[in-house]
Amino acid sequence: MTTPPLSVQPVDETPWRQFVRDFMQSRIALCGLALLVVVLFLALFAPWIAPQNPYDLSKLDLMDSKLAPGAQSMMGSTFWLGTDGMGRDMLSAILYGLRVSLLVGVVSGVIALAIGASLGVSAAFFGGRYEQILMRIVDIQLGFPAILVALILIAVLGSGVEKVIMALITVQWAYYARTARSAALVERNKEYMEAARGLGLPTWRVLLKHLIPNTLPPLIVVGTVQVAHAIALEATLSFLGLGLPITEPSLGLLIANGYEYMLSGKYWISVYPGVALLLTIVAINLVGDQLRDVLNPRLAR
Amino acid sequence: MLVFILRRLSQTALVLLVTSLLVFAGLFVIGDPVEILISPEADQIERERARVALGLDKPGWMQYLLFVKNAASGDLGKSFVYGRPALDVIFERMPATLELATVAMLISIFVGIPLGLYAGLKPDSKIAKAIMAISIVGFSLPTFWVGLMLIMLFAVQLGWLPSTGRGPTVEFLGMQLSIVHWEGLKYALLPGINLALFKLSLIIRLTRAQVRENVLLDYMRFARAKGLRKSRVLGVHLLKNIMIPLVTVIGLELGSVIAFAIVTESIFAWPGMGKLVIDSIFQLDRPVVVAYLMITVLMFVFINLVIDILYSILDPRVRLTAAKN
Repeated sequence: MTTPPLSVQPVDETPWRQFVRDFMQSRIALCGLALLVVVLFLALFAPWIAPQNPYDLSKLDLMDSKLAPGAQSMMGSTFWLGTDGMGRDMLSAILYGLRVSLLVGVVSGVIALAIGASLGVSAAFFGGRYEQILMRIVDIQLGFPAILVALILIAVLGSGVEKVIMALITVQWAYYARTARSAALVERNKEYMEAARGLGLPTWRVLLKHLIPNTLPPLIVVGTVQVAHAIALEATLSFLGLGLPITEPSLGLLIANGYEYMLSGKYWISVYPGVALLLTIVAINLVGDQLRDVLNPRLAR
Repeated sequence: MLVFILRRLSQTALVLLVTSLLVFAGLFVIGDPVEILISPEADQIERERARVALGLDKPGWMQYLLFVKNAASGDLGKSFVYGRPALDVIFERMPATLELATVAMLISIFVGIPLGLYAGLKPDSKIAKAIMAISIVGFSLPTFWVGLMLIMLFAVQLGWLPSTGRGPTVEFLGMQLSIVHWEGLKYALLPGINLALFKLSLIIRLTRAQVRENVLLDYMRFARAKGLRKSRVLGVHLLKNIMIPLVTVIGLELGSVIAFAIVTESIFAWPGMGKLVIDSIFQLDRPVVVAYLMITVLMFVFINLVIDILYSILDPRVRLTAAKN
């Protein structure tokens, strides 16, 4: 426990401002945040930034295939990160791949958070048999490694963007459910909850407006880590050929495509998408680490 | 204790049943194995004959009931591709996977614990910080990517170690093993390191956390005050006390190493169970996929059960009834 600061807090100190100030204290987390913003920006505006549309087959020229980074194309433009076996500009392919990877990671993370949080909070709120059965399922599922669960699901569902998202949701919801339940168990017995119930508010209102918002901080922390995991897992599945289709190559698929060329020394087809994947995951993790420190009530000042 | 074990076993049966139902239903929906197995020129009659031979002419629910009935007597069906019992095909590949898992576990234990000890005892030194940084990297990097980098560095650029396949095997204790001699071990090193990296990071972090907690406790102070040699304080007193959580995690990770071997085996073309199941998913070889998942799930539940029991024996404070809530 740290002793509370003696100085009187300034009047304009809103929780948000305090949060921002706390977050800014770690320089490495700020680097992570900056990196994350850049990655998000690149992914969002990929169609405008990318030198070519990597899926437009008419723009590809086989004469340009497997060029080293920095080489000139037949048309005179430069391939800063080289080209792949199809003559596709790697920089453009990476920007588009980043888009797919982030989309899959974030969408699955948000849906899993919504499902897991509502189940976890309601389990803590209602208790009884419902809670027991639910938490048992969570325990059983968390006993198996994510890759195995995802593999079973992909074998069952088949591949494709929505199937992969579905598999990732199934893998992740249990983490959120567990976190939400333990957070809600603590919040449930606090005075404001008693007050809300004492006012005679309907149950749904107590849950939605009072209990769930107060369980959010730990969920956000778990969420950032989970999104990074989801992106890595999707890349792994795609690398194994079980994830996204060739028509929507994520970073994992790009890496897999370059794999066969790597043994002959054409490293860039695999390496640069990998670096992009890495930077994304590391950036998210850095931000997540700092969020955990800032939002942790035990370290609250 | 007996009640606990019985409850866990009945739960295991339920998990297996649900998994098999899920997998079976799913595999039934995607694709027609006959289309893949039989040459495109085959006529309708030939196709029909193959369908009957593989038992695919019956409705899905009947295929499942048949599967459950046979599975109860230890028969998980015949592989469509190999034409032999699926279990045989899997067991044949199992030594390769177990071999890889063993190499990975040994690396993570014998490298991880010393590094963790060092990082825990001298947390402010530069080396400790470097160790922790490496462990963070090992945590966040996807396994397959690290595998590719290992191949690129050690196999392509430096040419020190082979990157694909399993080395020559020799007969050892009735099994065909490759890691008992150097020619074969060479092949297992890169995939072993790749598979170990995540566990290694985990063990380093866990050991460090345990050490940092324990060095402050009275028993450690007392042991030092008695004038015991440093090696004895660390090697006997400290190590014994940090062992319980370590053993648990190492045991639990044993199962996940086998699951994660799927990725590593695919990268390094290591002919184990993981590579088999990936190939089988592509070839729609349903019996092999189902059998693999059944075996892996069973193995998992079993490992978890053994660890729970061991834990209660090692640490009397943990009561098994605690598992109830």
